[in-house]
Amino acid sequence: MKRFLAFVKKEFFHILRDRRTLLILFGLPFVQVLLFGFALSNEIKNANIAILDNDKSLHTQQITARLLSSGYFQVYQNLSSYKEIDQTFRKGVIKMVVVFPTQFSYDYEHGRTAQIQIIADASEQNTAISLTNYASAIIQSYTTSVAGSIAPMYIDVNTRMVFNPELKGAFVFVPGVMTLVLLLVSAMMTSVTIAREKEMGTMEVLFVSPLSQWQIILGKVIPYLALSFVNGCVILILGVFLLELPMNGNLLLLLLETLLFIFLALSIGVFISSLTDSQLVAMFASMVIMLLPTIFLSGFIFPIESMPKGLQVISNVIPAKYFIRIVKNIMIKGIGMKAVALDTLVLAAMALFFIGLSIRNLKTHLA
Amino acid sequence: MNAIIVDNISKAYGNIQAVSNVSFEVREGELFGLIGPDGAGKTTLFKMLVTLLFPDQGRAVVNRKDIVKDFLQLRTQVGYMPGKFSLYQDLTIEENLDFFATVFGTSIQENYDLIKDIYVQIEPFKTRRAGKLSGGMKQKLALCCALIHKPEVLFLDEPTTGVDAVSRKEFWDMLKSLKQRGLTILVSTPYMDEAGLCDRIALMQGGKILAVDTPQDITKLFQRPLFAVKAAETFRLIQDLRNASFTHSCYAFGEYLHLALEHEITSSDIETYLASHNHRQIDIKRVDPGIEDCFMDLISQTSVPAQS
Repeated sequence: MKRFLAFVKKEFFHILRDRRTLLILFGLPFVQVLLFGFALSNEIKNANIAILDNDKSLHTQQITARLLSSGYFQVYQNLSSYKEIDQTFRKGVIKMVVVFPTQFSYDYEHGRTAQIQIIADASEQNTAISLTNYASAIIQSYTTSVAGSIAPMYIDVNTRMVFNPELKGAFVFVPGVMTLVLLLVSAMMTSVTIAREKEMGTMEVLFVSPLSQWQIILGKVIPYLALSFVNGCVILILGVFLLELPMNGNLLLLLLETLLFIFLALSIGVFISSLTDSQLVAMFASMVIMLLPTIFLSGFIFPIESMPKGLQVISNVIPAKYFIRIVKNIMIKGIGMKAVALDTLVLAAMALFFIGLSIRNLKTHLA
Repeated sequence: MNAIIVDNISKAYGNIQAVSNVSFEVREGELFGLIGPDGAGKTTLFKMLVTLLFPDQGRAVVNRKDIVKDFLQLRTQVGYMPGKFSLYQDLTIEENLDFFATVFGTSIQENYDLIKDIYVQIEPFKTRRAGKLSGGMKQKLALCCALIHKPEVLFLDEPTTGVDAVSRKEFWDMLKSLKQRGLTILVSTPYMDEAGLCDRIALMQGGKILAVDTPQDITKLFQRPLFAVKAAETFRLIQDLRNASFTHSCYAFGEYLHLALEHEITSSDIETYLASHNHRQIDIKRVDPGIEDCFMDLISQTSVPAQS
């Protein structure tokens, strides 16, 4: 045990003395969360819009006020005729025009389908989709808030968003970033650090010592397990307090799932390192096996549902897919153990699989 | 009693036969040198003896433990210093030593006596990271780390390669004092001049052992008359000597050429021959054979003659 502790201590020295490792360990989560949370989000703030209110009634004014107070929109211009719409768009400043027809209040109060036309600049299609979605959601919320007092109001835009009615980008990205950072730190760093011992020749000296292979590997894994867990918590805190992610579910359950995922990532790292003796190869293998598939195939950035069939099948073997789903389920939807049981089981099975492979590759001798 | 018994051991990497049918024995308390150029198979032999590699065939016993069957017990009884500096560059001298002491279930204090003479030389720098040490200091630290668990047999793979002349001499002095404590030491080196410092040596080339004996007796294997020859045009000199009928072999040896003869003739006979080939500033003297002469001779006997 004393031997083992000495090994773990040595491992901490390695980590704390290598600036690059430290940077990856503690800089990465911050940068990633901030990048994905703010800069790269597909969320749009303060988009310039124009309003053409032909009705000029209480309802249209209230809806306009709601749109503007959401923070997503600001009025660039108030229009007075349809002709102006085209001209204003051509200036390239506004992203969207909201048009209230003359009969709006009349239709609304007489139980007919009241119409609001939303015209968006689709040259940036993602922005256009987001903006129209925001607007419809806000208009919808107006309907529900006044529904009690007056007869129901019908609107031609019939979109319904559950859990993230205003499509906040952080909701999508934070679980993904967390997954990515944990994978990167746990799997890549472990595989690289084991490969480094082999490359530097220190593995030889460790082999010719009473340390068992198990102690060497566990000694490598435990510091990273601890650091990854701290990292996971930092990301969660950043997500909840900075990006205003909801925490609807059981925190303990979430932390346990995080531990399971870190364990899986570490076992993949150990597995990779059992295949190669070079830091470069280990790094590359981590990138190709984990990083790229995680970014592209896990549903982190591109929705799995909109992938071609073949890629959808491949996405089933990406561990991140399951973890991202678990985090979303627990944090955003706030559903409990039962809903995440299957995904948890898949992760556990994957972890066992890689640990098993690593044990099989465990050596007592070089070569 | 023999501390190391190597019996007909072989190891190949793919098609390359690194060690083939090597046998030798090292007595307890002996300072035994494995002498040979790079690629002779010294490191592979070492790795097998310290249980890092399995031999393809043959067997070896170190400190009465079989290197295959009893490898776990053996690992606690040998000290191994690899040819490449294999300590943690980002740990300090003291942390490295402390780590290896703890891993072997001991402490610096417990075996301080054994490493004291060496450690005091690097102790002033004990808070310096190993990566920032000079070559000589690195070797001293590596030796301390290999000794810290009080091994019975010490394996040093090319400990003086890349180390300056002064540190090399100091290193060999340290080995001598360790030997006096009863430690069995197997050391490998590509430097022939270090061979004379060992009790016994084995000359190794192409995965095979050419000869095993004391340095003095090895040189006795060399029976031919040997001369050191120098002249103004070295390249033409070596050509002409190799073409001479009395020449057995001729190699460059520092500023002189070492000329081994087929049969006894005098230095003036050689001088006459060289003068007839228009050589100037001729200097010829009779010399005693060294280890390197024997080594070159043994190589030429076992393989294709090196002269062309």
